[in-house]
Amino acid sequence: MTRSSTERADTTAGIGGSPIRPDGALKVKGEFAYSSDLWAEDMLWGATLRSPHPHARITAVRIGKALALPGVHAVLTHDDVPGRNRFGLEHADQPVLAEDVVRYQGEPVAVVAADHPETARRAAALIEVDYDVLDPVTDPETALADGTPALHPDGNLVRHVRIRRGDPEPAAPVVVTGEYTVGMQDQAFLGPESGMAVPAEDGGVDLYVATQWLHVDQRQIAESLGVPQEKVRITLAGVGGAFGAREDLSMQVHACMLAMHTGKPVKFVYGREESFFGHVHRHPAVMRYEHGATEDGRLVYVRARILLDGGAYASTTSAVVGNAATLGVGPYEVPNAHVDAFGLYTNNPPCGAMRGFGAVQACFGYESQMDKLAAALGMDPVDLRVRNAVREGSTMPTGQVIDSAAPVAELLRLVRDKPMPAPVGDAEGVADPRELPGGVSNTTRGEGVRRGVGYGVGIKNVAFSEGFDDYSTARVRLEVIGGEPVVSVHTAAAEVGQGLVTLQAQIARTELGVHQVTILPADTAVGSAGSSSASRQSYVTGGAVKAACEAVRAEVLAIAADVLPAGGELYLNGGKVIASTGEAVADVAALLGDRVVEHTVEWRHRPTQPLDPATGQGNAHVQYAFAAHRAVVDVDTELGLVRVVELACAQDVGRALNPQAVVGQIQGGSAQGLGLAVMEEIQVVGGKVVNPSFTDYLIPTILDMPPMPIDVLELADPHAPYGLRGVGEPPTISATPAIVAAVRAATGAALTRIPIRPEHVVFTTVEDGGHSS
Amino acid sequence: MEFLRPASLTEALEAKAAHPDATPIAGGTDLMVELNFDKRRPSALLDLTGVAELAEWDTDGGSGGDPGGDPGGDTVRLGACVPYSRIIGELGGRLPGLAMAARTVGSPQIRNRGTVGGNLGSASPAGDAHPPLLAAGAAVEAASTRGSRRIPAAEFFHGPKRSALAADELVVAVHLPVATGPQQFSKVGTRNAMVIAVCSFSLALHPETGAVGTGIGSAGPTPLRAEDAQLFAAAELEGRWEAPGPLPDSVLRRFGELVAAAAKPIDDVRGTAEYRRHALAVLARRTLTWAWDDYRTGSWSRCA
Ligand SMILES: Cc1cc2nc3c(=O)[nH]c(=O)nc-3n(C[C@H](O)[C@H](O)[C@H](O)COP(=O)(O)OP(=O)(O)OC[C@H]3O[C@@H](n4cnc5c(N)ncnc54)[C@H](O)[C@@H]3O)c2cc1C
Repeated sequence: MTRSSTERADTTAGIGGSPIRPDGALKVKGEFAYSSDLWAEDMLWGATLRSPHPHARITAVRIGKALALPGVHAVLTHDDVPGRNRFGLEHADQPVLAEDVVRYQGEPVAVVAADHPETARRAAALIEVDYDVLDPVTDPETALADGTPALHPDGNLVRHVRIRRGDPEPAAPVVVTGEYTVGMQDQAFLGPESGMAVPAEDGGVDLYVATQWLHVDQRQIAESLGVPQEKVRITLAGVGGAFGAREDLSMQVHACMLAMHTGKPVKFVYGREESFFGHVHRHPAVMRYEHGATEDGRLVYVRARILLDGGAYASTTSAVVGNAATLGVGPYEVPNAHVDAFGLYTNNPPCGAMRGFGAVQACFGYESQMDKLAAALGMDPVDLRVRNAVREGSTMPTGQVIDSAAPVAELLRLVRDKPMPAPVGDAEGVADPRELPGGVSNTTRGEGVRRGVGYGVGIKNVAFSEGFDDYSTARVRLEVIGGEPVVSVHTAAAEVGQGLVTLQAQIARTELGVHQVTILPADTAVGSAGSSSASRQSYVTGGAVKAACEAVRAEVLAIAADVLPAGGELYLNGGKVIASTGEAVADVAALLGDRVVEHTVEWRHRPTQPLDPATGQGNAHVQYAFAAHRAVVDVDTELGLVRVVELACAQDVGRALNPQAVVGQIQGGSAQGLGLAVMEEIQVVGGKVVNPSFTDYLIPTILDMPPMPIDVLELADPHAPYGLRGVGEPPTISATPAIVAAVRAATGAALTRIPIRPEHVVFTTVEDGGHSS
Repeated sequence: MEFLRPASLTEALEAKAAHPDATPIAGGTDLMVELNFDKRRPSALLDLTGVAELAEWDTDGGSGGDPGGDPGGDTVRLGACVPYSRIIGELGGRLPGLAMAARTVGSPQIRNRGTVGGNLGSASPAGDAHPPLLAAGAAVEAASTRGSRRIPAAEFFHGPKRSALAADELVVAVHLPVATGPQQFSKVGTRNAMVIAVCSFSLALHPETGAVGTGIGSAGPTPLRAEDAQLFAAAELEGRWEAPGPLPDSVLRRFGELVAAAAKPIDDVRGTAEYRRHALAVLARRTLTWAWDDYRTGSWSRCA
């Protein structure tokens, strides 16, 4: 489509531009209303009593003292759950409030509503619960073993996915094996779980909440409240980060129960420590890999066994296992693959969705192996990767053929060929301490510091897989207000900070040629948009908005064709109907008058297939996305402290709908990957979290983040709206192994566990194994 | 909860005597975290931020806070409520070890609020002000309506979060000798800023007496001095002060070993005992190298 010169303004605010985010300035200034800021005049405050034990039998719950506290309006237990006392994204296995058994530390046992948050907390502390403490199952290997008590009726296995491709007993001249461990990462969003439920006159409830997927919340809440779904109306409240942690329910049912019980609005805001118990985390993993290759570095086979600790409840473990298995050999051509991925129940904290979703853990395993293989072959690690890289037309271990761009080799070359960052320090070698490992803590002036360079490349599926009916709904309306054409877009898609509100408006501007676009609050008055996860919203909700706009446009152009002299194709731009000559032939406002054009479209990406249960074969994924990183690190080899000097990334995004948002996603994803590499871990001992605070759960600060040179490729995917490829997750996946590889290169340490701790570096350093530059 | 807001030191001490269970609050950077996490529920708070006497420093040569003049003097009396940012800005020359430690505390916001009085009040083994106080041979001035006393820093810490302070006492000030030689502070954390110490070490050289001071943080139930290491270093430096050359590697290593041996670390979420000992040996070796090099080359000075 050609655009007339009068449309410059709309172009920068449409697809391919980076218009200013409506929430940006508010967030920077602290004026954005988050879900924790919700307020109603007569509201009550909720509080939750949680189990202190990772595994125990509840023998009695006495609420009398709590109820007697002045200011307390309700104390509810599992007996008061009106509907089904179970919820869960894939298996409804988790009680709203514990009945006879608690299966993890922090499991909700009772909830309280009171007229003051402090009163509510004190009342919760007055509830008496008698526990028979049971031995927790804390090791995933044990969970799978015979004789281990079953934590759920069907045993401790949530899912086992087998991938069988090629020769079942392959052999190769060069073989490397390794065992790798991934610690439990937290999403570490800054806005704690919060929301407010308001009882409605029709016996239903209106819930305002920070979440990722309104309709899946609605379905689960309605089932637990025992009311029809339409009696639970949800509006998205301001979301302070998500990263997967808001896909499962937290306080939603509790607030609704208390609101319906008391007849008053009830608000919950978790504290920081409580938040660590209030959401699922990234699955810890233990992985065994065996890679076989020819002498000239062609992969012959990969065998992998991946154990993912799902913790006490299933959450999205099944899908995480599916990803770890199907993406388990990475973006490489592997003729013979034998992968077993298991998801297990234990009494550890429940694990579920987090950015990268199963692909992160596997990538640390296969990329560590690729480096090990390169060393065994005496090959350059990038050359080895390039030699085996998938490309368009390659077959995955599931048998699925990659049918759009897969520029893995090019991404690797891009990061490899970037100029190397200079050594730190001035001409005399004197460096600002902030540039050295240890940073402002003044631990080195260069003593013991060695530089290392490492690479990582990863693969991620975009959108929901394995035959899931994955769709989004958009309602788009065009009308004339005050003489101007105005578009409103209504979806239930959750803006979780990724910039989806901005993007929807860009799409509407591009499709309808109308500058003024309003994005209505996301709520359940419109159909499901699916989850803001799996890097899918630009694709699926973007696709739905585009399709609804197209329907609106078609109707407007049909109206125009009726009144205009026939001839040529028409399009919309700058609030005008434009003829194929480029001439404006009608004004949209004049054309429509009082007429409102509105279309609601339910839009699906092309269907996927389930995996064959015996062989794991099937076209399970919609789209693959790739990113590569090069990490340059300085390591204080004597203290084991790491400073990432530079983190270069190259990623193919198909089409950068909003280039600034794309780069933001890559920077943020890389930061989360850096966190997993060198600091972020929920430490669990005997089923108990020992660091539930930002004092000891460390996330990278501005002084930990290095410069990030970024290359964005735009190789359109013909199957996707605008050719786009999901952006959010790939950079999280490859950053981690690149950094670990760089630390290995600097130190010679084996580093088979992430996050790397200083003692891992210090006590395994092999003096002359490192390359320094 | 009662909120007491004395306007003078006398009022503060009277309030503390009248309400021994009132919890003092200075910068609030420790206490507010404890209140927010519901770890403490004091019946009353005693706000020290309105007490002007606590918010100043001076020397026995004159009073501080005059940016132009150098009042001279041998000892700094540092008011309990002087925040870290002022220590960094105003006392880097006189108290280099403490100022270096102050630079590593938290973030700019925390350094604007947090105080040495609060660090001592919390008496955490991880408090970053403590090692330089030990290394410098500082004394804590505690006061109550009964009178005031000076507690040597080495006797102040009694256990994790326990100190020599009596229930009716406040920390009023810390007395530190003005540095006569190079001082150092280093801390290990797993993040490049805003991190609680996995372990830390402070060193002070006292050329005029030939003594060497040390302080170990986060590697024992209390901050510690490495006394054998101090004596060893002092003995090794004897005779070198006049014609200083580089220290032999064997001396640096032995010093490191003795510092590591003085630590009493445990395994916890921040690190293992084994790593802490190892890291302390490294920090001790490096800081002694830096301090001695600064002494040899004359590159240390009070305006550092
Ligand atoms: C984000 C963050 C980062 C931090 N980083 C560090 C760090 O890197 N290193 C570090 O050492 N600490 C750190 N801290 C802890 C804290 O900032 C320091 O311990 C600080 O010195 C406390 O001083 P304050 O004035 O804020 O104390 P407050 O919180 O006001 O008081 C702390 C305790 O001391 C008592 N107290 C205060 N003043 C007196 C007095 N004059 N006499 C008797 N008792 C008194 C109080 O009753 C309370 O028990 C950090 C804290 C936060 C929140």
